[in-house]
Amino acid sequence: MQAETATQGTPPAAAPAPPREGATRLRAALGRWEALLIGLIAITLIAGSALSEEFLTADSFTTGSLDLSEVALMALALTLVIVAAEIDLSVASMLALSSALMADLWNRGLPLELIMPICLVAGALCGAFNGFLVTRLGLPSLAVTIGTFALFRGLAYVVIGDESVTDFPATWTDRGFGNFAGTFIPNTIVLFAILAVAFAVVLHATPFGRSIYAIGANQEAAYFAGLRVKRIKLILFTLSGIVAALAGIVISLRNSTAAANVGQGFELTAITAVLLGGVSIFGGRGTILGVILALFLLGAIQKAILLSESISSYWIQIVTGALLVGSVLGPNLARRVSEMRRRHAHQHPLEEGQ
Amino acid sequence: MSAPAAAAEGARARRLTEWVYRVRELGIVVALAVLIAVTAAIEPRFIETDSLRNLALNASIFAILAVGQTLVIVTRNVDLSVGSVLCLSAYLAGDLLSGNQDLPLPVVFALGIALGAACGLFNGLLVTWGQVPALVVTLGTLYMFRGLAFLWTDGRQVNAETLPDAFLNLGSDSILGVPILVLFALVVLLVTGQWLRDYRAGRELYAIGSNPEGARLAGVRSERRVLTAFVLAGALAGLGGVLFTARFGTVDATAGFGYELTVIAAAVVGGVAIFGGTGSVYGAALGALLLGTITSSLIVLRVEAFWQQAAIGALLLVAIAFDRLVGLRVDAALRRRSARRAG
Amino acid sequence: MSARRSALRALLAALALVAALAFAACGETQEDQGSSSSSSSSESSGEADPNAEIPKGLKTVSIPKQLGNPYEEFEHSGIDEALEELGGSNRISGPTEASASSQISIINAAVQQKPDAIIIAGNDPGAVAPALKQAAQRDVVVVGMDSDVAPDARSVFVNQVTTQLVGENQVESIGKQIDYKGEIAILSATANATNQNAWIKVMEETLKKPKYKDMKLVKTAYGDDDDQKSFQETQGLIQAYPNLKGIISPTTVGVAAAARYLSTSPQKGKIKLTGLGFPNQMRKFVKNGTVDEFQLWVPKDVGYLAGQAAAALVAGRITGKEGEKFTAGRLGEYTIGANGEIVLGPLTTFNAGNIDDFDF
Repeated sequence: MQAETATQGTPPAAAPAPPREGATRLRAALGRWEALLIGLIAITLIAGSALSEEFLTADSFTTGSLDLSEVALMALALTLVIVAAEIDLSVASMLALSSALMADLWNRGLPLELIMPICLVAGALCGAFNGFLVTRLGLPSLAVTIGTFALFRGLAYVVIGDESVTDFPATWTDRGFGNFAGTFIPNTIVLFAILAVAFAVVLHATPFGRSIYAIGANQEAAYFAGLRVKRIKLILFTLSGIVAALAGIVISLRNSTAAANVGQGFELTAITAVLLGGVSIFGGRGTILGVILALFLLGAIQKAILLSESISSYWIQIVTGALLVGSVLGPNLARRVSEMRRRHAHQHPLEEGQ
Repeated sequence: MSAPAAAAEGARARRLTEWVYRVRELGIVVALAVLIAVTAAIEPRFIETDSLRNLALNASIFAILAVGQTLVIVTRNVDLSVGSVLCLSAYLAGDLLSGNQDLPLPVVFALGIALGAACGLFNGLLVTWGQVPALVVTLGTLYMFRGLAFLWTDGRQVNAETLPDAFLNLGSDSILGVPILVLFALVVLLVTGQWLRDYRAGRELYAIGSNPEGARLAGVRSERRVLTAFVLAGALAGLGGVLFTARFGTVDATAGFGYELTVIAAAVVGGVAIFGGTGSVYGAALGALLLGTITSSLIVLRVEAFWQQAAIGALLLVAIAFDRLVGLRVDAALRRRSARRAG
Repeated sequence: MSARRSALRALLAALALVAALAFAACGETQEDQGSSSSSSSSESSGEADPNAEIPKGLKTVSIPKQLGNPYEEFEHSGIDEALEELGGSNRISGPTEASASSQISIINAAVQQKPDAIIIAGNDPGAVAPALKQAAQRDVVVVGMDSDVAPDARSVFVNQVTTQLVGENQVESIGKQIDYKGEIAILSATANATNQNAWIKVMEETLKKPKYKDMKLVKTAYGDDDDQKSFQETQGLIQAYPNLKGIISPTTVGVAAAARYLSTSPQKGKIKLTGLGFPNQMRKFVKNGTVDEFQLWVPKDVGYLAGQAAAALVAGRITGKEGEKFTAGRLGEYTIGANGEIVLGPLTTFNAGNIDDFDF
């Protein structure tokens, strides 16, 4: 697995054989983010059902997943961007621009069937703009997308100002709010599932996906291996824009409200989900499955705290932050401990030998 | 190339980069001057003493935060938790003073700064000792510190009415026509600027940022330096928090919400490279002043409020694109010089 | 390369398809949820019985716009008071940021806990409506308070004071301070705030009356209920409009920030300021001559009335129809007005003479 070889701070290969095997096992166990996340989800589910009888219900799943729909969609495309060792902080602003555009075009009397493709195209253009600045001008994506974070949100206000549009036809808003085919699964989550499969296939089972990992692991090497690094990154940023615009359409329909102020702060939640999902901020590592599990974990924690009568909702932020830090810190510390133990084991026989 | 020649070459290269810094800062000063001139041409009251004083006042807290952010960014790290740290210190100062009006102000400042430094230490330890990337750590603590602020304040708010006048006057009074807040910002700026320039520890921050491996090989104790940078950034956010309370008088759990991106934007507009190694605190402070002035002048020019954010975003993009072009030119110039030397 | 291309093409195709496909396919199977948009539940069901018993152990959840906002804490403490008085209990559950999306999560979780009633101050009238309608479908009474939600998503709305009265009182308050002459400006909260915009509209209409013909509203600025932004906006207003005579700031954050700016500026006492403010926040500025008078209702009573209304609705004493009457504990009798609106009462004016009688 390419993903595993790019691990940060790999211990030196000179270590003797037996302890190394132990360390590898440990690392294999802890390095499996998915296993770690499943463990955390299990803990949350147990704690949550202890906190409230209402926690383990279809209702919780429906409303909890509905709440995270847009963040979840954006996290998918963001995963690809971050695996390629870039970042996109402007996703929530592109979402807002898409929503604002939807409001404006609706006010001008266009039908939704025409508005939605226009919004997606606008999202693609925004994303391509990010990608252009990053790849053609060689600017760092962190700085570029802080700039477009302000620019796109600002443009959203320019488009629609302080108005909001709430008179979308019920057939469409019900699609955004309702469940799929009589089940308890919201339509938005079905949409997410389809996209998740598409993104997982692209990232994990195609040459294009492998080249994203290669670029993230070592851009220079990828370039010299003949990959069209700039082009691939441009595509990823464009995808991120399209998906953010799609999320903008979803949130407008789901809330029956399109405005410029929607989704403030979603970019940080989406990035949190991606990083918690085990995607390395330095690129080259991470899976879509991990991100899906992380989203589920975040949703479960949020729901558990909201349903409990005794825990204030302030704790959502504290727990989310601690998890984000802890999920990277934990494995790092475990590695340190095992390294230290190895060093000890290494030194002892020497001392006795003399 | 002999050793002295290499040293001379190094010195020249440094002079060139310093010259570029000066030009870069000059660029912001010119942009500021043009902005103020244009605004003043349309609305002359914009350059009355009172108005200019307000511009400086509005920017001073952001300037202090941007200085702290610069220390972290030059080491190729970032601190997203500034807004939350500011809130904790601001509420601490307000809470202490409302409880006891006679508390000596230096004690309040010391405690506020200490709380900020403690938050910075927490960030720094996770980054250095825990080896967690700074973006991840400070994104996490952005949430954690804010959540703690909500828990701590529990819906309470500190009001100007409960604060001693001596403290509030720090936020509004002037000495010889210069607002006290601006003096705070200037002192922070000059001291930090000198430290970065003339002290080994300060210069090593740049070395770590421009080439972490090289710095380590050259014997720089990177972890300790990075830790220092985080602690200082936290302390400055703490100072910013205490000053926030003095200036605004009203503090609740939402103080400083969303400041992080504005502060980073100020540093980047001021020429601090997001990937470390270059940029000066003077530039960052000027960046903060420029962003604040844009906001004020758009209000005065009666431009729809909706354009403000878009304008700031566009400015940021222009600034980094400009830096990139200048950076390419300087690299080329340096390369030409060494090529000449070698020939 | 070609394999990558085709994978990419597949992805783009999937993206394009998905939007159309998923939405279109789901659209047909909407009947179970779709009904939410048509019927609004408890309003129309049954007749009111003024003598119905209020059940013991009533449970309500109250949802502020944002936690940590002192004004809302005051307001919601009134709901606690009302419920305790009636032998029930209230739980306050709110978001940490004032956005509609985070309020929706809170509403959904609250509904799952099956309370008797939800009392909400809405961040956005439309966006929270679908979630509230679902609550009504599950026999949870929904009471709007402070900032209204879509009328078909709640049974009654408890208004601090009528929109009309706020607008008129505020204009009169600034008018009499500036001798009904000169330029005035409004410093509002966020541009989307329902109540703010309704008040501003009335103010604009009031200003058309002959009495106010010499007054001119030159600008409405938005301080976003953010102290620093409001402060900066005040400063900007005064610079942009040199002839400004007065400012109305119908938000507690805005009026305090504006007063603080004025108190240290040369225009102190020359530019008049009124608005909706807390006595505790404004006392200092009234006493040092920056502000002559400002107005407000008593926030705790708003919550108290909403709590009483919720209990009366659950008991069936009222159903939310216009003209129904009920007794709201210590506040006395109230009548439901048009659109299910219950109005607390007129604005209280605070000045140097009476401000020390109030502590909130």
